[in-house]
Amino acid sequence: MGCIENLKYEMILPLGASFKECREYAEKNFTEVWYVDPGYKLFDEYIIGLPPIALGIDEGKKIIFPYTKPCHGTYLLRIEDADEVERVRKTARKKK
Amino acid sequence: MTDIPVTPKKALIVLGCPEAPAQQALAFHVAHNLKTRGSEVLIAGNPSVLNLLKVSDPENHYITNTMVLEKCIAEVVEKKRDCDLCVVFAHNDAAIAYAATMRYLLPERRLVVIVFGKDPGPLEAEINFPCEKIVDKAVHNPMQLKRKINEVFGWAVSRT
Repeated sequence: MGCIENLKYEMILPLGASFKECREYAEKNFTEVWYVDPGYKLFDEYIIGLPPIALGIDEGKKIIFPYTKPCHGTYLLRIEDADEVERVRKTARKKK
Repeated sequence: MTDIPVTPKKALIVLGCPEAPAQQALAFHVAHNLKTRGSEVLIAGNPSVLNLLKVSDPENHYITNTMVLEKCIAEVVEKKRDCDLCVVFAHNDAAIAYAATMRYLLPERRLVVIVFGKDPGPLEAEINFPCEKIVDKAVHNPMQLKRKINEVFGWAVSRT
Protein backbone atom coordinates (compact mmCIF):
# COMPACT_ATOMS: atom_id res chain seq x y z
CA MET A 1 0.00 0.00 0.00
CA GLY A 2 2.84 2.40 -0.66
CA CYS A 3 3.72 4.91 2.04
CA ILE A 4 0.58 4.21 4.04
CA GLU A 5 1.62 0.59 4.35
CA ASN A 6 4.59 1.73 6.35
CA LEU A 7 2.43 3.58 8.85
CA LYS A 8 0.84 2.02 11.91
CA TYR A 9 -2.70 1.57 10.68
CA GLU A 10 -5.76 -0.25 11.91
CA MET A 11 -8.13 -1.83 9.41
CA ILE A 12 -11.69 -0.99 10.39
CA LEU A 13 -13.62 -2.70 7.60
CA PRO A 14 -12.49 -6.01 6.12
CA LEU A 15 -11.28 -6.43 2.60
CA GLY A 16 -14.04 -6.44 0.06
CA ALA A 17 -15.95 -3.52 1.52
CA SER A 18 -17.33 -1.26 -1.15
CA PHE A 19 -16.41 2.38 -1.34
CA LYS A 20 -19.99 3.28 -0.46
CA GLU A 21 -19.90 1.05 2.64
CA CYS A 22 -16.72 2.76 3.78
CA ARG A 23 -18.30 6.20 3.44
CA GLU A 24 -21.46 5.14 5.27
CA TYR A 25 -19.45 3.57 8.07
CA ALA A 26 -17.41 6.75 8.57
CA GLU A 27 -20.55 8.89 8.56
CA LYS A 28 -22.47 6.71 11.00
CA ASN A 29 -19.78 5.82 13.47
CA PHE A 30 -17.86 9.04 14.02
CA THR A 31 -19.24 12.31 15.29
CA GLU A 32 -16.60 14.39 13.53
CA VAL A 33 -16.71 13.87 9.76
CA TRP A 34 -15.00 15.90 7.06
CA TYR A 35 -15.32 15.70 3.30
CA VAL A 36 -12.69 15.92 0.58
CA ASP A 37 -12.52 15.27 -3.16
CA PRO A 38 -10.48 12.69 -5.07
CA GLY A 39 -6.84 13.68 -5.29
CA TYR A 40 -6.77 15.03 -1.73
CA LYS A 41 -3.38 14.29 -0.22
CA LEU A 42 -3.38 12.33 3.01
CA PHE A 43 -0.26 10.83 4.55
CA ASP A 44 1.58 11.85 1.39
CA GLU A 45 -0.69 9.83 -0.92
CA TYR A 46 -3.51 10.94 -3.18
CA ILE A 47 -6.87 9.57 -2.06
CA ILE A 48 -9.05 7.81 -4.65
CA GLY A 49 -12.80 7.54 -4.65
CA LEU A 50 -16.27 8.73 -5.48
CA PRO A 51 -16.67 12.29 -4.28
CA PRO A 52 -17.37 13.40 -1.65
CA ILE A 53 -14.93 11.23 0.29
CA ALA A 54 -15.79 11.05 4.00
CA LEU A 55 -12.99 11.24 6.57
CA GLY A 56 -13.79 10.46 10.19
CA ILE A 57 -11.92 11.87 13.16
CA ASP A 58 -11.74 9.66 16.24
CA GLU A 59 -10.62 10.74 19.71
CA GLY A 60 -9.46 13.99 18.19
CA LYS A 61 -6.22 12.49 16.95
CA LYS A 62 -7.04 9.60 14.63
CA ILE A 63 -8.14 9.77 10.99
CA ILE A 64 -10.48 7.23 9.42
CA PHE A 65 -10.24 7.19 5.64
CA PRO A 66 -10.83 4.95 2.61
CA TYR A 67 -7.81 3.60 0.83
CA THR A 68 -8.40 1.98 -2.55
CA LYS A 69 -6.22 -0.52 -4.39
CA PRO A 70 -7.15 -1.97 -7.82
CA CYS A 71 -7.22 -5.65 -6.84
CA HIS A 72 -8.21 -5.51 -3.20
CA GLY A 73 -10.94 -2.91 -3.20
CA THR A 74 -11.25 -0.27 -0.55
CA TYR A 75 -9.84 -0.56 2.94
CA LEU A 76 -11.21 1.67 5.69
CA LEU A 77 -8.18 2.53 7.77
CA ARG A 78 -7.55 4.35 11.03
CA ILE A 79 -4.22 6.07 11.64
CA GLU A 80 -3.24 8.16 14.63
CA ASP A 81 -1.61 11.44 13.65
CA ALA A 82 -2.63 14.62 15.47
CA ASP A 83 -0.84 16.88 12.98
CA GLU A 84 -2.63 15.32 10.02
CA VAL A 85 -5.93 15.67 11.90
CA GLU A 86 -5.29 19.39 12.26
CA ARG A 87 -4.44 19.68 8.58
CA VAL A 88 -7.69 17.91 7.65
CA ARG A 89 -9.66 20.30 9.86
CA LYS A 90 -8.08 23.25 8.08
CA THR A 91 -8.32 21.99 4.51
CA ALA A 92 -11.38 19.69 4.31
CA ARG A 93 -15.02 20.77 4.37
CA LYS A 94 -17.85 19.92 6.75
CA LYS A 95 -20.63 19.36 4.24
CA LYS A 96 -20.93 16.80 1.49
CA MET B 1 -17.19 17.97 -22.36
CA THR B 2 -16.11 20.22 -25.19
CA ASP B 3 -13.66 20.13 -28.06
CA ILE B 4 -13.44 16.36 -28.15
CA PRO B 5 -11.38 15.35 -31.16
CA VAL B 6 -12.69 12.45 -33.22
CA THR B 7 -9.30 10.83 -32.89
CA PRO B 8 -7.89 11.78 -29.50
CA LYS B 9 -4.38 13.13 -29.57
CA LYS B 10 -3.63 11.70 -26.15
CA ALA B 11 -5.45 8.70 -24.73
CA LEU B 12 -5.14 7.24 -21.27
CA ILE B 13 -6.27 3.68 -20.60
CA VAL B 14 -6.74 2.81 -16.93
CA LEU B 15 -6.79 -0.89 -16.20
CA GLY B 16 -8.20 -2.64 -13.18
CA CYS B 17 -7.22 -5.86 -11.49
CA PRO B 18 -6.14 -8.41 -14.14
CA GLU B 19 -8.20 -11.29 -12.78
CA ALA B 20 -10.75 -11.06 -15.63
CA PRO B 21 -8.94 -12.27 -18.79
CA ALA B 22 -11.18 -10.28 -21.15
CA GLN B 23 -9.57 -7.07 -19.88
CA GLN B 24 -6.16 -7.81 -21.34
CA ALA B 25 -7.47 -8.70 -24.79
CA LEU B 26 -9.69 -5.63 -24.87
CA ALA B 27 -6.93 -3.38 -23.57
CA PHE B 28 -4.80 -4.49 -26.53
CA HIS B 29 -7.78 -3.96 -28.83
CA VAL B 30 -8.47 -0.42 -27.64
CA ALA B 31 -4.79 0.54 -27.52
CA HIS B 32 -4.15 -0.87 -30.98
CA ASN B 33 -7.13 0.89 -32.55
CA LEU B 34 -6.24 4.20 -30.97
CA LYS B 35 -2.57 3.85 -31.88
CA THR B 36 -3.25 2.96 -35.53
CA ARG B 37 -5.47 6.04 -35.77
CA GLY B 38 -2.68 8.27 -34.56
CA SER B 39 -3.34 8.61 -30.83
CA GLU B 40 -0.57 8.66 -28.28
CA VAL B 41 -1.64 5.98 -25.82
CA LEU B 42 -0.58 5.57 -22.19
CA ILE B 43 -1.73 2.52 -20.27
CA ALA B 44 -1.86 2.79 -16.47
CA GLY B 45 -2.37 -0.07 -14.07
CA ASN B 46 -0.84 -1.95 -11.20
CA PRO B 47 2.52 -3.69 -11.78
CA SER B 48 0.89 -7.08 -12.38
CA VAL B 49 -1.43 -5.91 -15.11
CA LEU B 50 1.35 -3.94 -16.81
CA ASN B 51 3.68 -6.93 -16.69
CA LEU B 52 1.00 -9.12 -18.29
CA LEU B 53 0.80 -6.67 -21.17
CA LYS B 54 4.56 -6.32 -21.54
CA VAL B 55 5.14 -10.09 -21.58
CA SER B 56 2.34 -10.54 -24.11
CA ASP B 57 3.61 -7.80 -26.41
CA PRO B 58 7.41 -7.98 -26.23
CA GLU B 59 7.94 -5.96 -29.38
CA ASN B 60 5.45 -3.28 -28.41
CA HIS B 61 3.16 -3.77 -31.38
CA TYR B 62 0.12 -2.78 -29.33
CA ILE B 63 1.40 -0.93 -26.31
CA THR B 64 3.98 1.82 -26.21
CA ASN B 65 3.82 3.69 -22.94
CA THR B 66 2.88 2.30 -19.56
CA MET B 67 2.83 3.77 -16.07
CA VAL B 68 2.03 2.52 -12.58
CA LEU B 69 -1.43 3.72 -11.65
CA GLU B 70 -0.47 5.60 -8.49
CA LYS B 71 2.15 7.59 -10.36
CA CYS B 72 -0.30 8.35 -13.16
CA ILE B 73 -2.93 9.59 -10.68
CA ALA B 74 -0.29 11.74 -8.98
CA GLU B 75 0.73 13.30 -12.30
CA VAL B 76 -2.88 14.05 -13.21
CA VAL B 77 -3.53 15.60 -9.78
CA GLU B 78 -0.37 17.69 -10.10
CA LYS B 79 -1.40 18.80 -13.63
CA LYS B 80 1.67 17.19 -15.15
CA ARG B 81 -0.41 14.85 -17.27
CA ASP B 82 -3.52 15.37 -19.37
CA CYS B 83 -5.40 13.49 -22.06
CA ASP B 84 -8.25 13.99 -24.51
CA LEU B 85 -9.73 10.57 -23.86
CA CYS B 86 -9.67 8.41 -20.73
CA VAL B 87 -10.87 4.81 -20.91
CA VAL B 88 -11.32 2.98 -17.61
CA PHE B 89 -11.82 -0.79 -17.43
CA ALA B 90 -13.96 -1.65 -14.42
CA HIS B 91 -14.97 -5.05 -13.14
CA ASN B 92 -14.91 -4.32 -9.43
CA ASP B 93 -15.82 -1.60 -6.97
CA ALA B 94 -12.26 -0.28 -6.78
CA ALA B 95 -12.18 0.41 -10.50
CA ILE B 96 -15.37 2.47 -10.23
CA ALA B 97 -13.59 4.54 -7.57
CA TYR B 98 -10.71 5.08 -10.01
CA ALA B 99 -13.15 6.05 -12.78
CA ALA B 100 -14.85 8.55 -10.44
CA THR B 101 -11.45 9.96 -9.59
CA MET B 102 -10.56 10.42 -13.26
CA ARG B 103 -13.93 12.10 -13.85
CA TYR B 104 -13.24 14.53 -11.02
CA LEU B 105 -9.66 15.22 -12.08
CA LEU B 106 -10.44 15.50 -15.81
CA PRO B 107 -13.90 17.11 -15.85
CA GLU B 108 -13.76 18.31 -19.45
CA ARG B 109 -12.30 15.22 -21.03
CA ARG B 110 -14.08 12.33 -22.71
CA LEU B 111 -14.40 9.50 -20.20
CA VAL B 112 -15.48 6.04 -21.28
CA VAL B 113 -16.00 3.42 -18.57
CA ILE B 114 -16.04 -0.19 -19.75
CA VAL B 115 -18.00 -2.14 -17.13
CA PHE B 116 -17.67 -5.90 -17.37
CA GLY B 117 -17.26 -9.07 -15.31
CA LYS B 118 -19.67 -11.69 -14.00
CA ASP B 119 -22.24 -9.20 -12.73
CA PRO B 120 -21.73 -5.75 -14.23
CA GLY B 121 -25.21 -4.44 -13.37
CA PRO B 122 -24.54 -3.40 -9.74
CA LEU B 123 -21.25 -1.83 -10.78
CA GLU B 124 -22.96 0.18 -13.49
CA ALA B 125 -25.48 1.35 -10.90
CA GLU B 126 -22.64 2.79 -8.79
CA ILE B 127 -21.69 5.18 -11.57
CA ASN B 128 -23.33 8.46 -10.62
CA PHE B 129 -20.99 10.73 -12.56
CA PRO B 130 -21.09 11.79 -16.22
CA CYS B 131 -19.36 9.39 -18.59
CA GLU B 132 -20.04 7.06 -21.48
CA LYS B 133 -20.66 3.53 -20.30
CA ILE B 134 -20.08 0.31 -22.21
CA VAL B 135 -21.51 -2.60 -20.24
CA ASP B 136 -21.42 -6.32 -20.87
CA LYS B 137 -21.22 -9.54 -18.90
CA ALA B 138 -17.74 -10.53 -20.03
CA VAL B 139 -15.10 -12.42 -18.08
CA HIS B 140 -13.34 -14.75 -20.50
CA ASN B 141 -14.91 -14.07 -23.88
CA PRO B 142 -14.29 -10.51 -25.09
CA MET B 143 -16.20 -10.65 -28.38
CA GLN B 144 -19.55 -9.13 -27.39
CA LEU B 145 -17.86 -6.35 -25.47
CA LYS B 146 -15.47 -5.78 -28.36
CA ARG B 147 -18.44 -5.21 -30.65
CA LYS B 148 -19.92 -2.68 -28.24
CA ILE B 149 -16.57 -0.89 -27.89
CA ASN B 150 -16.25 -0.71 -31.67
CA GLU B 151 -19.71 0.83 -31.94
CA VAL B 152 -19.02 3.50 -29.32
CA PHE B 153 -15.68 4.49 -30.83
CA GLY B 154 -16.89 4.24 -34.42
CA TRP B 155 -14.67 1.29 -35.18
CA ALA B 156 -17.60 -0.88 -36.21
CA VAL B 157 -16.20 -1.47 -39.67
CA SER B 158 -12.76 -2.30 -38.32
CA ARG B 159 -11.54 -5.82 -38.91
CA THR B 160 -9.09 -5.58 -36.00
